[in-house]
Amino acid sequence: MPAQRTRRRRRVPAALLAPAVLGLAFLILPLAGLLIRAPWAELPARLAEPEMLAALRLSLVTATSATALSLFFGVPIAWLLARGDFPGRSLLRALVTVPLVLPPVVGGVALLLVFGRSGLIGAWLHERFDVTIPFTTTAVVLAMTFVSMPFLIVSVEGSLRGADARFEEAAATLGAGRWTVFTHVTLPMIAPGVLAGAVLCWARALGEFGATITFAGNFPGRTQTMPLAVYLALQTDLEAAIVLSLLLLAVSVVVLASLRDRWTAAP
Amino acid sequence: MNTESPNTGLDAHLVVDRGEFRLDLRLRVAPGETVALLGPNGAGKTTALRALAGLESLSAGRIALNGTLLDRPKNGGEIDRAELGPENQNRSAATGRGTGPNTAARRRSGALNTDPNREPGEPADGPRYRWVPPEHRRIGVVFQDYLLFPHLNALDNVAFGPRRRGTGRAEARSLAADWLARVGLSDFTRRRPAQLSGGQAQRVALARALATDPALLLLDEPLAALDARTRLDTRVELHRHLAGHSGAAVLVTHDPVDALMLADRLVVVEDGRAVQEGDGESITARPRTDYIARLVGLNLYRGRGSGSAVRLPSGTTLQTGEPLEGEAFAAFAPSAVSLFRERPDGSPRNTWRATVSGVHRHGDHIRVQLEGPLRAAADVTPAAAAHLRLEPGQTVWAAVKASEIRSYPA
Repeated sequence: MPAQRTRRRRRVPAALLAPAVLGLAFLILPLAGLLIRAPWAELPARLAEPEMLAALRLSLVTATSATALSLFFGVPIAWLLARGDFPGRSLLRALVTVPLVLPPVVGGVALLLVFGRSGLIGAWLHERFDVTIPFTTTAVVLAMTFVSMPFLIVSVEGSLRGADARFEEAAATLGAGRWTVFTHVTLPMIAPGVLAGAVLCWARALGEFGATITFAGNFPGRTQTMPLAVYLALQTDLEAAIVLSLLLLAVSVVVLASLRDRWTAAP
Repeated sequence: MNTESPNTGLDAHLVVDRGEFRLDLRLRVAPGETVALLGPNGAGKTTALRALAGLESLSAGRIALNGTLLDRPKNGGEIDRAELGPENQNRSAATGRGTGPNTAARRRSGALNTDPNREPGEPADGPRYRWVPPEHRRIGVVFQDYLLFPHLNALDNVAFGPRRRGTGRAEARSLAADWLARVGLSDFTRRRPAQLSGGQAQRVALARALATDPALLLLDEPLAALDARTRLDTRVELHRHLAGHSGAAVLVTHDPVDALMLADRLVVVEDGRAVQEGDGESITARPRTDYIARLVGLNLYRGRGSGSAVRLPSGTTLQTGEPLEGEAFAAFAPSAVSLFRERPDGSPRNTWRATVSGVHRHGDHIRVQLEGPLRAAADVTPAAAAHLRLEPGQTVWAAVKASEIRSYPA
């Protein structure tokens, strides 16, 4: 009875509806405000400003680098946490997720203490190789990786736990060694989880502010990423801040939309 | 592959110790032969299969395939010393199994089995310790739920094994296409596992396992996940492929029909041990455990034979067809039992007074459960059941001709 089904109404309790509508308004209105206040007429000209482009380029490059680093180190960490069998595994998992809840500024201070010129590793790097990390683009990438890698680890570990390890056994009986099992069976099976983790990680890196400004400073073209530029512009040039924010919003939406399509297209 | 190795098939003594459970099974399978491990759930059949595949390591014993040692743990049969040895503790930690607190029970079982590692005819200078990981064993496994790789299509699933064993991509694909054609799936090479029916997935799994030309094919409940109709067709297909397989094959199942139809020889496993071994005919004719008797539908008793009678521990004596001395089994079919309201007349019969404890339909006849001096199942026609007005709690007279009771040494 399709007609009946279309007429049937699902009744929503008012006690749920009211807060839901208010909450949605709270989430959507600021974005709308951004669009309403945007200086649309001057937008093309403002977007072409070199500082604007430099900040955008730096943000994209560093966030992508941080994601690549997180993938390189994070996937093996996730594998160890999900499949490894060693004492202290739960402690390690807790430690790995600390940056998730740690205020980013604290993370920046901690990074400075280790990689700073007089820090634990920083001093040695400086003396031995004459390498200084703080207040460089490298520092931006490190700060981003520090705060965003846990997102990737948590996501990939969840996929690994959800994946049936017996497929790996089946692969072994077919002659696949441990590394081949990982690359040919495990990784393809958890690919959606890795992708989701990478997107989360990239988005978190793109928005990174606290750790970056503490550990890398705020030098235009070198360490001034989009969020830092927005903050700085807000003090002097409100319109520039709005344009930068709009740009950041657009980038996020585009990435999210393109990945969503890929996810839904996957079998 | 290795043409120099003698084609002697599988020769294994599987011992897997898990504290409260212990598998101890000797298994020899000739090339071209299919042996079924038949037993109830939890009997250790799958553990045996996993040990053969190298997915689980032995606690003691050995596995040899075509003369090549695949698994032989350190300090083999001496469980107590093995437990104290640091290497073995690492091994059990690495496989994720604790040593367990049940040391006393193990000491007992260890004492019973003083040296299971020393096999007759084994060269004394053979290696003392050996572990070949699954990827280096010449085995093929058909898993119960197939475990086809969901991200690969049927062709690449079958080509996976040959690829890993060094065949080039194009050659592996054409080999896989051949195998899919052999199992009748030429039109399904591009399908993902999710787009295959249960029977098709089973055949892809079989093709995948056979495509590596295994010296030992292992099948774990290969038909259990199929519906009744598909099962029938697939069983016939599977039998054809098993007959064409030149290597040894071990089939694990709890379905006696699968075992009887697919295997050349049956090993009945209960509680980690082989309780009966032989071809289908001898096992169904002369069951040695209640489990098998129930599977093949026989009443089975164990007692002491003397002359043409078997005396049961309960004191009841069964008159049998053939004379026999010593420990003996006596078995008869439920259809051999006749039921009467009054004590029947006539001489060479076993008659006893029984209480009906259950009545239900069983095919085209009525199965009656009897309690009394002899617990037995009896099959009567619906007409006889109506005539006797059978119902639980009623007492009847049961009779079995001596010639209907088979007896054989225990």
